[in-house]
Amino acid sequence: MSELRASTEPPLAWPQNDYTHVPYRVYTDPNIYAREQEFIFRGATWHFLCLDIEIPNSGDYKTVYIGDTPVIVVRDEMGEINAMVNRCAHKGALLCYRARGNLSELNCIYHNWTYNLRGTLTGVAFRRGVGGKGGLDDDFDFSQNGLQTLRIQCFRGLVFATFSEKTLPLEEYIGSELIASIDRVFIKPLKVIGYYSQMFQNNWKLYVENNKDSYHASLLHVFHNTFGVVRPTMGGGIKLSENGWHHLSFTERTRISDETFSGEKVRSLDESYSLQDSGFMEHYLELGDKVTNSIQTIFPTMVIQQILNALAIRQLVPRGVEKAELMWTILGFAEDDAAMTKHRVKTNNLVGPAGFISMEDGVVGGFVQRAAKADPEATTVLPMGGSRIEPSEGSRVTEAAVRGFWKGWREFMEL
Amino acid sequence: MQGNTNNSSVGDVYTAILGLMTAYVHSIDDDRLEEWPDFFTDNGSYRVTTRENIDLGLPVSLIFCDGKGMLSDRISALRKANIFEPQVYCHTLGLPEIVKSTNEHHSVRTNFSIIRTMQEGDMSVFACGRYFDRIVEDNDVLRFQERIVVLDSRRVDTLLVIPL
Repeated sequence: MSELRASTEPPLAWPQNDYTHVPYRVYTDPNIYAREQEFIFRGATWHFLCLDIEIPNSGDYKTVYIGDTPVIVVRDEMGEINAMVNRCAHKGALLCYRARGNLSELNCIYHNWTYNLRGTLTGVAFRRGVGGKGGLDDDFDFSQNGLQTLRIQCFRGLVFATFSEKTLPLEEYIGSELIASIDRVFIKPLKVIGYYSQMFQNNWKLYVENNKDSYHASLLHVFHNTFGVVRPTMGGGIKLSENGWHHLSFTERTRISDETFSGEKVRSLDESYSLQDSGFMEHYLELGDKVTNSIQTIFPTMVIQQILNALAIRQLVPRGVEKAELMWTILGFAEDDAAMTKHRVKTNNLVGPAGFISMEDGVVGGFVQRAAKADPEATTVLPMGGSRIEPSEGSRVTEAAVRGFWKGWREFMEL
Repeated sequence: MQGNTNNSSVGDVYTAILGLMTAYVHSIDDDRLEEWPDFFTDNGSYRVTTRENIDLGLPVSLIFCDGKGMLSDRISALRKANIFEPQVYCHTLGLPEIVKSTNEHHSVRTNFSIIRTMQEGDMSVFACGRYFDRIVEDNDVLRFQERIVVLDSRRVDTLLVIPL
């Protein structure tokens, strides 16, 4: 296994001192994957764990992953949310092996070591041995044998965690402009309306790039064009955080009268539409603006999605060098009535593994993975929108956000 | 059913339901997808969801077609718009269980599994789960008024484009 350990030697040299060329090796090399686990996933980055409403009561927990690391997020008796590595300090077994549940303490099934909901070791089975023999030495220190805990920060009901003490506070990490676009979507109390996941046969970064790549949207996903959907949504652009790590891609209606805008539903289609039933693409303007699509990424692996009335958080989990699993949490607002919930469920036909405008994202990364692996020293080229990493107003035909991702990746990876 | 083999009308119904179930999966497996909407009533619905969502009482679906228009649009999109690697399904059905019959409809549950074969030869168990159907007689033909496909797994590999 030694060759899989993160090495202090940089595992690759970049062909140019910019971000317009990316060696294919980054998608296929196990050494790079191992280094990413240490420098990115367990480094000074924030990771989305869950919504606070998913664990409303004392003892409610959910099991998630940050990179390869299994994590428990749990609400304790004081109402505080804690996160710890889902691994017994004794033998390393998973403590919680269900997706979610409620418990009063964390109990390892293997040897019955017990921890409180803050991760402190509180009990060891047979600590005094049996009949005065065996058990722990007197100097065994419970306080030194707890679970590895993570730093938590909650924002607008989103629970984030980081392994590092050095990680910037979340608002600084994301930056004020892009924090505002989280505020924009999470303006009302939420509810979860469903879950599913999607397995990609490609390295995790290919999906992250795909999200940041607004250039491909109308080229790969031809649903709208094929059916003659005239999208009155030509406005929009790309925003980038100052450090380039995070992005927002959005489109907005530009030809809607004020009367129509004031809370009414608007057809995004005209008579040339050739689908038989386009009702699922009606859009209730519920966020106080005319933005129809908003895809926001938070480095490294979180996506916040608004596509019409389809709201979701997507969190990507690497599953080895050549696989990644996208965990979807599909959202509505707590105030939604039955008709609105049904509308959201219908609109969700657009997205997800079977989404009319998103299913291709499931396969295109695999196409790159298969084609790229034969030639690790060759590179992709990212020339759209020049070589700069800067926002783009009015056009989404740019790869600036992809370059921004590689800037962040190289900074964290120290490459 | 309660094992009543003397009642020929019950047997006829069961045979007719078997016919609907097998014709449905064979039309998909044989790529006769244009026939797919006709297995449903005009206002019929089709939903693909997961056991997890059902257990949690959550409404979201991977696919939700509400009425024949949306069913037809799924096939039009598959044929004209969506991009995916060539692939075929082979459905295997369990025996249908008629959970309840009324004068208006039959509630039927059937297990299924689907092996997906890709053009390069990769084969995998793509889906496994249950159909929960509400079947009605519609112009002397049995059709689905509602078909809920409940997948055992929460995870879909790559993409889901051909109906289950």
